[in-house]
Amino acid sequence: MTPNLESALQTDTVFRTDNLDIYYGSFKAVRDVTMEIPKNAITAFIGPSGCGKSTVIRCFNRLNDLIKSFHIDGKIFYKGQDLYASDVDPVEVRRQIGMVFQKPNPFPKSIYDNIAFGPRLLGYKGDMDELVERSIKSAALWDDVKDKLKSLGTDLSGGQQQRLCIARAIAVQPDVILMDEPCAALDPISTLKVEDLLQELKENYTIVIVTHNMQQASRSSDYTAFFNVQANEKGQRTGYIVEYDRTEVIFQSPKHKATQEYVSGRFG
Amino acid sequence: MTSQDFSLSSGRSLKRSQMSFKTLFSNVMTGIAFACAIIALIPLVALLYYLLINGFARLGPQLFTQLPPPPYQPTSPQFNTGGFGNAFIGTLMTVGIASAISIPFGVFASIFLSEFARDTKLADSINFFTNVLSGVPSIVMGVFAYGAIVLTTKSYSAMAAGVALAVLMLPTIVRTATEALESVPKELRQAAFGLGATNYQTILGVVLPAAIPGIITGVMLGVARAAGETAPVIFTALFNNFWNLDPWKPTATLSALVFNFAGTPYKNWQQLAWSAALVLVALVLIANILSRWITQRKR
Repeated sequence: MTPNLESALQTDTVFRTDNLDIYYGSFKAVRDVTMEIPKNAITAFIGPSGCGKSTVIRCFNRLNDLIKSFHIDGKIFYKGQDLYASDVDPVEVRRQIGMVFQKPNPFPKSIYDNIAFGPRLLGYKGDMDELVERSIKSAALWDDVKDKLKSLGTDLSGGQQQRLCIARAIAVQPDVILMDEPCAALDPISTLKVEDLLQELKENYTIVIVTHNMQQASRSSDYTAFFNVQANEKGQRTGYIVEYDRTEVIFQSPKHKATQEYVSGRFG
Repeated sequence: MTSQDFSLSSGRSLKRSQMSFKTLFSNVMTGIAFACAIIALIPLVALLYYLLINGFARLGPQLFTQLPPPPYQPTSPQFNTGGFGNAFIGTLMTVGIASAISIPFGVFASIFLSEFARDTKLADSINFFTNVLSGVPSIVMGVFAYGAIVLTTKSYSAMAAGVALAVLMLPTIVRTATEALESVPKELRQAAFGLGATNYQTILGVVLPAAIPGIITGVMLGVARAAGETAPVIFTALFNNFWNLDPWKPTATLSALVFNFAGTPYKNWQQLAWSAALVLVALVLIANILSRWITQRKR
């Protein structure tokens, strides 16, 4: 949608959406999302509450399928494949596109079993100990937990739990990691740790992150999409993309007044 | 009111006045509540006291290894012999059969209710009928099992009693297990789905393990209730004065033994009934303590 982006994106696009409208029943939650998400980069979705950023990100791994009234118009392509084609298995989609949620949600199992859960589902035949260690190390959690892999994942602190969830997502070796406000429930120090981690992870993964924290988007993302919300005459609030560009453009010289006002903290 | 009004009133004493109306009222109400709590406990304490006094005398290993004796006079040297080993085994057997039927059915039903049919009309109506079932008098369960099994197999049997008790346990298990499953946070389900787990992998791998303490509590409560029921067993399992391990034959149970022996004029049978009642209460108590212990350990 922005000319200077397109040339850069053409070669390595992970997601491409085409006039995506998202509905819950007859309620249109998000409209007209047309965007491309580049490989091995961090793309941030920002915008006021209720603008549909989380709704869009949950379409990328078909997690919205769990909601009965949900359906879409338009297309989402993942590496050229239509994600919502009738022969696509959502379970297979979620194995390649991992997700980290707003509230840390480790299973009430040991730290080890939290990590091993995904690989076991996939029938992983290799050295599980090694995979668990590698995943925890890539989530920068190894020094915190190496002596207590058998203790409960739910006994860790909030920041550690969230890194455990990231390690758990990494363990199934996905292509993409979707993060839905991963730092919303964390203190500033844990937040910085997760942000540092993002920079390391983007070497190997494509990351899409929803955030309410403007500093976080400007500090850690390469591309930023600004979503806004519009109410129709019936009072239904529908989200849409105002502007999508390189992060420094969005934060320093946005083309739209609404973007300018939002990133400078004047509304939202 | 200005700030000066406050500074004036701050000169009032902060000490509690023992004779003021609100203090007196508060103390009296506390006293009444305490007295009511004590009165509510009296029946339980009295019951346990009576059971212990009357049942403890005969308590011993022979109770569990010997058959019920014939009636003896208190002067007889054999007055203190005999036991109810067959009834103890019979209770374990009928409750075991009931558990083997009702636990799988109940747990799977609650998985369906909480995971597949939550907030649907179907779930509402199943919940409604479960509640109706839990209110059905236990003797009706016995009549049902009598008609369905005793009449068709032409024999009283532990199996018939097991079926009656299973129907009795089912609502307790379904209700507590559904509650336990529904209280598993939806974030955990999303985490599992997000890792590419299928529906059944999510349920078996994450939801069920997280709900296990609650499910066990429900099962234990169901077992405890079934073990003490008398009405459904007296005309399904009937009674048996001898050892029996065949589920298709009439079988003695502790509750039926209490029912049969307590009303006889024979002193040694009455004493056995007291002891059987004590053992029954102990079984129920153990089941409750076990379920509490399991729930707390898992938290």
